Amino acid sequence: MPNEAPPKFEARGVSRLFGHGKKTTLAVDNVTFKIHDKEIVSLVGQSGCGKTVLAKMLLRLEKPTSGELLFNGKPIDAEPDPREHWRQVQAVFQDPFSAFNQFFTIRSQLKSSFRLFKQQPGEKEMEERVDQALLNVNIKPREIDGKYPFELSGGQMQRMLLARIFILRPQVLIADEPTSMVDACSRANILDYLMKLKEELKMTIVFVTHDIGLAYYVSDSIYIMHKGQIVEQGPPDQVTQQPQSATTRQLLDDIPDIHRDWVHRSAPKAATAG
Amino acid sequence: MADVVLEVEDLRVHYLTRFGVRVQAVDGVSFTLKEGEILGIAGESGCGKTTLVSGCMGLYIPPLYHSSGDVRIGGKTIVGLSPEENRKNVLGRKIAMIPQGALNSLNPTRKIKDFAADMILSHDESVDKREINDRLRQRFERIGLKPDDVLNAYPVQLPAGTKQRVVIGISTLLNPQVVVADEPTSALDVSTQKAVIKLLFDLMDQGIIRSMLFITHELPLLRHVSNRIAVMYAGEFVEVGTAEQVIFDGRMPYTKALMGSMLSAEPGQKSKKPVAIEGAPPNLAHPIKGCRFAERCPQVQPDCRENPQVIRIVGERQVRCQYAE
Repeated sequence: MPNEAPPKFEARGVSRLFGHGKKTTLAVDNVTFKIHDKEIVSLVGQSGCGKTVLAKMLLRLEKPTSGELLFNGKPIDAEPDPREHWRQVQAVFQDPFSAFNQFFTIRSQLKSSFRLFKQQPGEKEMEERVDQALLNVNIKPREIDGKYPFELSGGQMQRMLLARIFILRPQVLIADEPTSMVDACSRANILDYLMKLKEELKMTIVFVTHDIGLAYYVSDSIYIMHKGQIVEQGPPDQVTQQPQSATTRQLLDDIPDIHRDWVHRSAPKAATAG
Repeated sequence: MADVVLEVEDLRVHYLTRFGVRVQAVDGVSFTLKEGEILGIAGESGCGKTTLVSGCMGLYIPPLYHSSGDVRIGGKTIVGLSPEENRKNVLGRKIAMIPQGALNSLNPTRKIKDFAADMILSHDESVDKREINDRLRQRFERIGLKPDDVLNAYPVQLPAGTKQRVVIGISTLLNPQVVVADEPTSALDVSTQKAVIKLLFDLMDQGIIRSMLFITHELPLLRHVSNRIAVMYAGEFVEVGTAEQVIFDGRMPYTKALMGSMLSAEPGQKSKKPVAIEGAPPNLAHPIKGCRFAERCPQVQPDCRENPQVIRIVGERQVRCQYAE
């Protein structure tokens, strides 16, 4: 069908090999997939399965060693200037403190994200748009005036990263373990903002996590990765209820769910407090 | 009735900032830990979990200071010891810690056996080399490691899972009465987390770990790990009960809110949306008059902000809320 818009991302046999000679690691092994517009796709797998490398390739921070990676139907590196790509694809990482410079105020750093735009808005408009973005993540703009990253908690800093996304409004957001450094309460918050980005700004989101429970909650489609390969993919209900691969079953089994037995403890439980 | 190993009585611990502001990070916490028991401590970031642990271990290193209260391990107080005495006689021997980043806590430039030998020597200089070697071999074998492969290796040469075992093995080398696990799994993926918990249970069954304080913000994890759970908020315990009581039938509004922010991967649960607790915990640099959770509590009553809240017994659990029933 010629009229149909091309998928946001399309990978055809993409691989990424690290090292040389005899010591090589195939971090991503011949993956093929399509990520459609306005979809939340989760990449799920254990540490070291290649999910972050794949995410970095989508961000144009790593180059595939073989295969073809298309963005909006064109090769991802068609444009020589990578900034052109970053205007459309942005990321939120695991550790917000390392993503911000400790020596500048948060507000000045949020304002500096406008530098990515081709046309700089005026000073007043910049301030207004920063304020608006902060309100989007439920932070009172005056609360962070003159504050440096170390003065805020991890959960608040993670929201600052998301505020940046509300300013830049990219087409695609790559969220790499955005909730693994924050407590359960801020986690629920951050997931809500991701849903908001999708619904209000029509963003396509690639969510990278090791917790299939989180993936189940946010995504429209889940890719399970194991040793660089995508071993299973499908809608969340299908993947979690009829898991096909051993990796998926393992991931599901390892979540400490309150309603079922998780780790069998052979010793009798000690007397509890009366 | 099992023996009480750790007794904490009305412990108050504060930080003194360089501007002279006193932050009461732990404010009147009391609990006991019995032989063979795992007590889970849950709460948001910044509620005082880690400070409480430092207090229990006698690690009063400025800016952290002991304000009042007592900590007794095996009946003997550990408060008021000098740092040297504390290091020599308490840490590792009476109470030991399993660090958060188990993979980064080994010295990369030293062999495992030298690092482990330090642990023994720093508490007792009279032990000779051969005895150390025997003790290490015995212990490493018991926790399922091959001493020949491990002892002479450098940390980089070991796979992650083995390193984890080694760290736990070294922490428990001197058979401490209490082991403190402070978010031991928060940096791990779910599968490694499960393996670590299995190892801890295994050590517990073998009697190497005798009782444990398990600190985490993941309530579902505590449901499986601990016998009792204490929920902490703004430096106080707000609810203490058995794991089942706290998880499924919490009475303190904060416990309920904390459970509401959890999510579940069970089929058909997708509609159950996790709800974040709005607002932030109070600033402990200023004295708080009424209930500390009042500002964020969904069931707040006008007098909650006025009445100081005390621990009450509600249906076999301790709850710090005047309206809990």
